[in-house]
Amino acid sequence: MDITFDHVSYTYQPGTPFAGAGLRDVSTTIRGGEYTAIIGHTGSGKSTLLQHLNALLKPTEGTVTIGDRVITPTTNNKHLRPLRQQVGMVFQFPESQLFESTVQRDIAFGPENFGMGKDEAAQLAADTAKLVGLPDDVLGRSPFDLSGGQMRRVAIAGVLAMQPSVLVLDEPTAGLDPAGRRDLMALFAQLHREQGLTIVLVTHQMDDVADFAEHVLVMDGGALVKEGTPREIFADAEWLQAHSLALPTTTRMAGELTERGFHFDRVPLTLAELADGLAPQLGGSLDE
Amino acid sequence: MLLGRYIPGNSPVHQLDPRTKLLGCFYYIGIVFLANNWITYALLFVLTLGLLPLARVRLGFFLRGLRAIMFLILFTVLLQLFFTTGGHVWWQWGWLTVTSKGVLNAVYILCRLVLIIFASTLLTLTTQPLGLADAVESILKPLKKIHVPVTELALMLSIALRFVPTLMDQTTKTMNAQRARGVDFGSGGPIKQLKSIVPLFIPLFVSAFSMADDLATAMEARGFRGGDGRTRYRALAYHRGDVVAAILLVAVTVVLIVLRTH
Repeated sequence: MDITFDHVSYTYQPGTPFAGAGLRDVSTTIRGGEYTAIIGHTGSGKSTLLQHLNALLKPTEGTVTIGDRVITPTTNNKHLRPLRQQVGMVFQFPESQLFESTVQRDIAFGPENFGMGKDEAAQLAADTAKLVGLPDDVLGRSPFDLSGGQMRRVAIAGVLAMQPSVLVLDEPTAGLDPAGRRDLMALFAQLHREQGLTIVLVTHQMDDVADFAEHVLVMDGGALVKEGTPREIFADAEWLQAHSLALPTTTRMAGELTERGFHFDRVPLTLAELADGLAPQLGGSLDE
Repeated sequence: MLLGRYIPGNSPVHQLDPRTKLLGCFYYIGIVFLANNWITYALLFVLTLGLLPLARVRLGFFLRGLRAIMFLILFTVLLQLFFTTGGHVWWQWGWLTVTSKGVLNAVYILCRLVLIIFASTLLTLTTQPLGLADAVESILKPLKKIHVPVTELALMLSIALRFVPTLMDQTTKTMNAQRARGVDFGSGGPIKQLKSIVPLFIPLFVSAFSMADDLATAMEARGFRGGDGRTRYRALAYHRGDVVAAILLVAVTVVLIVLRTH
C-alpha cells in the first residue's frame, strides 16, 4: 500500500494570530513494503507529516493518497476507521496511552474496536505480547505496575495487534536503555523482513537510519528538503550539518580515517561495511 | 474561543501592571452598572472600543472570538425581552409579552453583557496568566492576617496555569493515540460517547499524578520548603501608565455619576 503526498501543506489554527505552518508543499511517495526513515531537527514538521499518514490531520492544501483512499482538505472525518487499522501508529512515549485494567485487555482494545470478537482478540493479544518479548505472566497484570520499558512494549503490542500493513513509529526508542533499544529495533526490522510490513520511522538516531532504512526523507522548516537512499543522504556531511543533522557513527569514523590516508570506494553505513572497507587496506582478508 | 487566551504583544495595555489591569477590570465591571441611559452607555462603549487599538487587537478578530458567547447573550436578552412586565404593552401571545420596559431592559442587559465580556477578554488577551497569578497573590496579601494561606493558593494557581497548556497537549496526544487504535470520539449515542472518554481520562489522570509526583520531587530537590521566607524573581511595580489608567477610571466614574442623574 503506497502513501502519496501531492503538494501537501498544513497550517495550524489557520485564520488566527496563532497560525503556524506545519508543512509546506510536501510531495513524496512512501512505497508499500519499504522501510522509510524521516529525519530533521525538532520542530521540522516530522510529527505533523506522520499524522497525515492515517488522516489524524487532514491537509489544508493538497491531497494525501493512502492506498485507494484520497484525503483532501474537505474529506469527512467519518468512515476513516478502516484506514486507522491499516496504518498502525506508535506515538512518542506510547506508554501514556495505556488505560485498561490488564495488559491483555489493553492490547486487545484496538482489535476489538475494529470489530474482532472478545476471545479472538484476547488470543491475538497473548500472541502479540509474546512477539514483542513480554513474559507470559504480565498478561493478567495492570499495565501501571510494569516498568517503563515493559509498558512501552505493551503499547507497541497494542498497535501491532491491529495487524496493520503500515507501521508508523515516532521515536519508538526514546528514553530506553541500549539493550531495550536494540531489541525493539531488531523486532521492527524482523517484522519488516518477514511480514513485509511497511515501516515509517521518525528518529534522531542516525545509526538506526543507516542500519535499517531503505529510503530517507529529510525535513526542515516544514518542507521536504531532500530524499534518497541513506547512502545518498549521508554522502554530503556539510549539507547535513547545515540542516542541523549528524552523520552515523560509522560514516563519521570513515570520514576521519579518510583524512588520515585511508580510502573507501563507497561511504560505509554499517559497522560491517566499515570493516569490509578497512580490512584489505590493513592487509587482512575479508573473512577474518 | 478567545476568552481566557493570551496574545503576546508589547502595547501600552500589555505593559500595564497586572494588578492595575485586574483591579481595573473588576472596577470597570462595577461602574458598568452605574450606566442607566443612552449617553452613559455610549460613553462606556467609546471607552471600551478605544482600548482595542491601544492594545493592538483588531476588532474583527475580537468579535469572531466572541461568537461562542453570543448564544448566551442572546438567550439572556430574549428572556428579558419576553418575560419583563410593566410599561406599555406592544405585543402579546399567550404568556409571552413584549413591553416597552422589556425592550429597554433587554437592550441594557445586552449592552452590559457586551461591555463586561469585552473588558474581561481584553484583560486576559493582554495579561500573561502568570502575571495574573502574581496580581492575585499581591492583592490578596492582606488576607494573610486572618490566616488565609495566600502564598499556597498563589503557588497552586501559578502551577495550575503553567500546566494548562501541557495538559492540553497531553489530551490531544492521547486522543490521537486512541483514535489511531480505533476510538471514535464524538460519535454515536450518549452512552457510547461516555464510554469513549474512558481511554482518554484514565491516561490523563495517570499522567497528571506522575507529573505532580515528579514536580514535587524536583521542587524539594531545589530547596522549596513552603512559602515563608521566599524572595521573588518577578517583582511587580507600578509605572506611569498605571497612574494614567487609575486617573482615567476615576474620571469616568465621576462623569458617569454626573450623566446618570442628568
